[in-house]
Amino acid sequence: MSFEILEGLFEALNLIFSGNPTLYDITTRSILISGTATLLSVVWGAPLAIILGLRKFRGKTIIKSLFNALLGVPTVALGLILYLLLSRSGPLGFLDILYAPIGIIIGQAILITPITVSFITSAIESVDPEIRDLARTLGASETRASISVVEESSSGFLLAIIASFNRAIAELGVALMVGGNIKGITRVLTTTIALETSRGEVVLAIALTIILLSIVIVVSFLINFIQRRRG
Amino acid sequence: MSCFIEFKSVTKKYGEIVALSDTNLKVIKGEILTIIGPNGSGKTTLLKIMAGIDRPNSGEFYFDDVKVDSNKFNEIRSRSTMVFQKTALFTTSVYNNLTYGLKLRGYPKDKIKEKVAEALKMVRLDGYENRPAKKLSGGEQQRVSLARALVLETELLILDEPTANLDPKNVSIIEETISQVNKEKKTTIVMATHNIFQAQTLADRFAILLDGQIVEVGSTKEILGIQSKYLASFARLENIFRGNSRVSYNGTSIIEIGDGLDIEATEKRSGRVNLQIRPEDILISSKDIISSARNTFKGRVVEISDLGSSVRLRIDIGKEIIAQITKTSFLEMQINIGTEVHLTFKASSVILF
Repeated sequence: MSFEILEGLFEALNLIFSGNPTLYDITTRSILISGTATLLSVVWGAPLAIILGLRKFRGKTIIKSLFNALLGVPTVALGLILYLLLSRSGPLGFLDILYAPIGIIIGQAILITPITVSFITSAIESVDPEIRDLARTLGASETRASISVVEESSSGFLLAIIASFNRAIAELGVALMVGGNIKGITRVLTTTIALETSRGEVVLAIALTIILLSIVIVVSFLINFIQRRRG
Repeated sequence: MSCFIEFKSVTKKYGEIVALSDTNLKVIKGEILTIIGPNGSGKTTLLKIMAGIDRPNSGEFYFDDVKVDSNKFNEIRSRSTMVFQKTALFTTSVYNNLTYGLKLRGYPKDKIKEKVAEALKMVRLDGYENRPAKKLSGGEQQRVSLARALVLETELLILDEPTANLDPKNVSIIEETISQVNKEKKTTIVMATHNIFQAQTLADRFAILLDGQIVEVGSTKEILGIQSKYLASFARLENIFRGNSRVSYNGTSIIEIGDGLDIEATEKRSGRVNLQIRPEDILISSKDIISSARNTFKGRVVEISDLGSSVRLRIDIGKEIIAQITKTSFLEMQINIGTEVHLTFKASSVILF
């Protein structure tokens, strides 16, 4: 058995380094879909997180608790809800985005929004409270002081984006149920790994898993490197 | 002497806690005024209001004869700046830390570069521009904070215990810079401190703050000369004791400071006196030593604070006394909390006031 795994691993590496077009195609699609989903979640999540992180208002704790509770939402549950909403007979069926990359993008963006919001909020809240006073005493207006607090949270901000992207690219439920795993259109890394494994095509599955893990690790290292350089 | 800053019946509350209560204070243009008071007396609150960071709940605050109301806070922030006790730095280079306020004031790039170099030179950190600010030592970080304030050349400089917990080398650089700025640029300086020697060396006037109220204000000479009844009562002020002094047969003074402790001083005085001993003047040994010093005590170490190249020990000899020794001596003597040590200091190191 262990020999078969080793042999599979060897063949998988061979497949990666031979520049297989299918691998390339699936990987690029995965990065594009999850990257766009991350961008979308930041576009709508970051302003909310900035307000939550900087301001004090009634109901703030409830909103924060809600996003925290949604951090661990099962991807299949969200996938099913989106499927029901987006299917032809569903209330949002007219959008016609089921089984299309845009459907996965929106689905993944919704899935990772709690991560984006919660992580950015806590990054801003963890900035030394003296930073605001410091900005003020150096002559900053209230708005400029708030910008400085957000700038100071940039490491945590980046980490939130990375965590969101990693969750998006590694999820299966939404991509499978909303995307439908259509070859050449909505087939991404995770859905292909699941499909190929169930079909007994372990070599391709291993190769894709190596790629998936590499993306997650490389992105994390990159961020670590940037953080260190900023000092 | 023109009055630059004036507080009239200023009160500040944080919820139920009253930080300042009906406080009155005047700051004269061009002077160095030190605010002395124990922890929690409201020093930081007073300074933050003066810097336009915090707002009083009631009372009036005048800055250069103009009453400061809610629409004036931005203006006074551009004319004053504050250095905090806990060093706050932006997570970026020393250069970017120093340019923050200058950029807000719209200085051109070449002028900014020139001013930054000049300010860093003042705090003896020339060439540190590209270093990540947060990777510097504690003392250097505080010097960056001071340089960042100095670079703005504001009319008022507010310092909240700028040398607390720093080693002597950094303390003296900061003190020299403060004095230099006041002399050369005529900057008005308001500084909170625990250190009476620092106040004595730097300040023109003292203000004593107790429980949110200014209880005494006067020139350094006046406050120290009248044997302020408040001064010695600050538990946190370093090595200040109060007691009855009598002149001994050999011409020195013996001061009973309570708890069975007698301290000998060279200056002749009788009656109630305040005395202080510099933490650096106290010799620590593991055994009783025979020396010419007139004061020897035995005690136990109750607190250890690392100041970088030196270490500050709080020692219980019946009363708590602070001694400062080098890191090397501290390590060689293997001192821990609870270690029994002997303290020795000369009668001439005891300052009476």
